[in-house]
Amino acid sequence: MHPAFSVIFLTTLIGVGQGLFLAIYTGEVYGTLDLLPAQSHNFYVTGSMLALIFLVAGLVASFFHLGHPERAWRSASQWRTSWLSREVIVLPAVIGAILVYGLVHLLGLKLTLFGFNTGLDNDLSLILGSGGTLVTFLLFLCTGMIYACIKFLKEWASPLTVINYTLLGLASGFLLAAALAAILAPALVQFYVVWTIIITISGLVTRIASLVRNARLKPQSNLKTAIGIRHGKIQQRSQGQMGGSFNTREFFHGAPDWFFRNIKWVFLVLVFVVPVILISLAMGNSGFLILVVAFVTQYIGLIAERWFFFAQANHPQNLYYQTVG
Amino acid sequence: MSQLALVIDLNVCVGCHACVTSCKEWNTSGVAGALSDDRPYGEQPTGTFFNRVQTFEVGEYPNTETVHFPKSCLHCEDPPCVPVCPTGASYKREEDGIVLVDYDKCIGCKYCSWACPYGAREIDEHQKVMKKCTLCVDRIYDQNLPEAERKPACVLACPTSARLFGDVHDPESVVSKAIREEGGYQLMPEWGTQPANHYLPRRKTRIQIHMDELVRADNPLKKEGPTVKPGLDEPSLDDVTSW
Ligand code: SF4
Ligand code: SF4
Repeated sequence: MHPAFSVIFLTTLIGVGQGLFLAIYTGEVYGTLDLLPAQSHNFYVTGSMLALIFLVAGLVASFFHLGHPERAWRSASQWRTSWLSREVIVLPAVIGAILVYGLVHLLGLKLTLFGFNTGLDNDLSLILGSGGTLVTFLLFLCTGMIYACIKFLKEWASPLTVINYTLLGLASGFLLAAALAAILAPALVQFYVVWTIIITISGLVTRIASLVRNARLKPQSNLKTAIGIRHGKIQQRSQGQMGGSFNTREFFHGAPDWFFRNIKWVFLVLVFVVPVILISLAMGNSGFLILVVAFVTQYIGLIAERWFFFAQANHPQNLYYQTVG
Repeated sequence: MSQLALVIDLNVCVGCHACVTSCKEWNTSGVAGALSDDRPYGEQPTGTFFNRVQTFEVGEYPNTETVHFPKSCLHCEDPPCVPVCPTGASYKREEDGIVLVDYDKCIGCKYCSWACPYGAREIDEHQKVMKKCTLCVDRIYDQNLPEAERKPACVLACPTSARLFGDVHDPESVVSKAIREEGGYQLMPEWGTQPANHYLPRRKTRIQIHMDELVRADNPLKKEGPTVKPGLDEPSLDDVTSW
């Protein structure tokens, strides 16, 4: 498939936003359970704001993918059958949930507002945050399933697609949370750094699992089934056009072979190896700069990862577009 | 419920692209607006087509066969392109099984084209909506046309009648008979899309003729007694009368 930068930015940016919100909320839950020092509203408000910026940026990027963005509202209508439609509904829901969560912290609202007295300082945000967590995970599911549900794109049609989208989003979000904590909540840095390492390494395992799986895939379609002629030797002589078409532009990555073959090493190093080394260094001291560098490196790596994710998918329609002549 | 479809005879198609040009002509002139082209007479011409004729070579030289292979939307009975559409712009008509795109609803997200294993959908780069074969839905029901012309443009254009059009759910239709009797098959059956369009395979149409069928042997049943065998240029028994 041809990797579209709109979709690469959409999926990576919202991944960061989702992961960051989950990190912030996890921090809050731990704080409430007295496992970690509780933080001021300021940390949660800034965290939510930052998550919102990433999510909205992703949303904006997605519009560049559409031929008719002004009709985008229509795409919420087919949620019964289409994962894309479900994503279109869930993404604004996540943005809304995080916005409300942030506002509750900003205004210091509590359940006493509704006449309940729980004795907890942040009872309302805890409840709202759990709802936010739910929709955030739902969004990972929708985003992953958009790709995983196309059964003949075998590189994508696997639960690993959803798992990788989730883990990689979480990793980048937790890493950003660690950087944020380095300024606003130094007591949490250690916590986020450890989780970032755990998630990043899990992501490495599942991403490698999918690389291994995809390397072993055997295409189910071939020229025999494509044109229905049972013969061992079939060659295309002409694809019915000389100057290319949508079919030749949308479904082939078009990059030189050396680039395609090497990019997976690039992303494996940038997404996993470099950040883990950098944040291990940051463990002892709460080095803001080193965490930011780690985050930016990982994000660049994620762009490469997403590029490869698309480029690697081999569409059966390509069988019909082998030879110009 | 009927399911309109094309049956394409690969044994007959000569790869003349008449269906391609005729399809383009009809569908670029319709109410939905042009099927856009870029640099049609320049370098790297490109554009939106509903139908393409491709050519494949089967076998090893010198024992090769050239197979011309027209490809358009197959109007699958279980079309994977429809459920994925987020807007409902892509739909399959209940009444005749045609898969269509509502150009006024389509947002041009291209997701449906990813979900079609056959590469049958092409985006219109200028109108920014997804386009594909409509089975000439705007002409097959047109009461202003003579009955014989209420067929897709490609079918009418084909000089060798390689394209048949009809209802594959009606066992007596010309397409169903062709599928049944000529070994019609579907493309990429492995994905369960159940394409409505079928293809008829290459097949050898030979007749066996023996020498005695070329030179008439008269009165073959008359066993008793030798008969006079007329010369080759004389009128034979059958030509004259029965006696
Ligand atoms: S051929 Fe492709 S576009 Fe046509 S109905 Fe089947 S899946 Fe959809
Ligand atoms: S490109 Fe149009 S028809 Fe295709 S899935 Fe998107 S909205 Fe639906």
